[in-house]
Amino acid sequence: MIAVRELELDLDAFEGPFDLLLTLVLKEELDLREVDVAAIVLAFVERLAQREELDLEACGEFLVLIAALLELKARGLFPDEAAELAELEPEVAAEELARRLAEYRRMKDASAWLRDRLAAEGDRFFRIGPAPLAPKAETPLAPQEPERLAEVIRLLAKEPPEVSLAHMALRFPPVSQFLDRFRAVLRRRSRFDFDAEVRGLSRVEQAVAFLALLDLRRGGEVTLDQAAPFAPIRVARRQENRDRDERTVEWTARSA
Amino acid sequence: MDRPLRLISANPLDQLARTLEALLVVASAPLSAAELAEAADDDAERVEAALRLVAERHAEGRSGIVLEHVAGGWAFRAAREASEACARLFERPAQRNLSQAALETLAIVAYLGPCSRPDIARIRGVAADSAVANLLERGLIAEAGRDDGAGGAIRYRTTPLFERVFGLESLSQLPRLDDVGPDAARIRDRLVTVAEKRSA
Repeated sequence: MIAVRELELDLDAFEGPFDLLLTLVLKEELDLREVDVAAIVLAFVERLAQREELDLEACGEFLVLIAALLELKARGLFPDEAAELAELEPEVAAEELARRLAEYRRMKDASAWLRDRLAAEGDRFFRIGPAPLAPKAETPLAPQEPERLAEVIRLLAKEPPEVSLAHMALRFPPVSQFLDRFRAVLRRRSRFDFDAEVRGLSRVEQAVAFLALLDLRRGGEVTLDQAAPFAPIRVARRQENRDRDERTVEWTARSA
Repeated sequence: MDRPLRLISANPLDQLARTLEALLVVASAPLSAAELAEAADDDAERVEAALRLVAERHAEGRSGIVLEHVAGGWAFRAAREASEACARLFERPAQRNLSQAALETLAIVAYLGPCSRPDIARIRGVAADSAVANLLERGLIAEAGRDDGAGGAIRYRTTPLFERVFGLESLSQLPRLDDVGPDAARIRDRLVTVAEKRSA
């Protein structure tokens, strides 16, 4: 006798004895939807064919098992459908099934008609492609009044008011302010310390003061002295200043 | 009087007919009479008359180019007698090798559309995904909104290309399939018998 449960299977989804397949399916470790039931039947029939006589008992057992498997698979494939039909009375269910079959039958007829039609119309060649239609000019604006439009344009055409720059006051104090200040200091003292002089002023004022200092140096009014980088800058009135003034006077006198 | 040879007829419709021919030869999809009238800047009645003229000139057996009324419009196509020559040079991906599944799906969409994949699967009894994808790629069906409700399934309808491929002026030219005949009754009777046996 053929041991149905030991039937060796070689399917895409499963390889091994039939018994193990059933166990896996019942434990929901194998998705029945993946299992090709027809292949199982084929394997059994092949096995059956190897025997001389018909093993009725094995056939019976196999039929029961495979029928259960098929029912499980069908339920798995159409879960809603099964519930839907099961809830109906037999007559209603039959009516529903008949309706569906009739509908499918109609569509099958329709597809046959389409096939014939295609065969009959298949010798019609035509150009296909994206329709090269020019886009229609869209007019999303509501009807406008010309006077109103002119009015609005007139508003736009008016010269805009001058933008005030009053708030953008010049924050830099003039260099001359420091020139005067340093000259005044130098009139009192022959030398002073730049850092001490500008202490307490803002960063910008200090920078302008330094510019004034450089200006004085360029003009030869002062000499600058710094012991080391970042050391205090010593400013001294230039001695030649006076000498030159005197020379100028001399020269002026001589030329006169 | 010695008049110059006149190839152009004095019939004023003739000029309109030539304009329509020009429009149709450029078009790659059927043009409706209204579209033609707008493009030709002429009135619809005269366009209809001129179209009859064009159809007369471009008829099977008379011209290699044939005017046909298809997919809700007018279009030029090759004459049937030239189909073999055309087939040697041109491919027709839209209609080549349509499978039975694709044809059934197409029939369902054509008759019941717009309808969704679940609708199609319900009627055919098998999933319609690949058939629908195939028809979409061919351009025979197109998306047409969704079923009601959040996350509703996409609905499909047939395209003008479908009508053109199958030589239909419109979907209303599809034959009525309401009468499947005695088959439906027979199927139902058989099912009822089976059901009664089961419930007994």
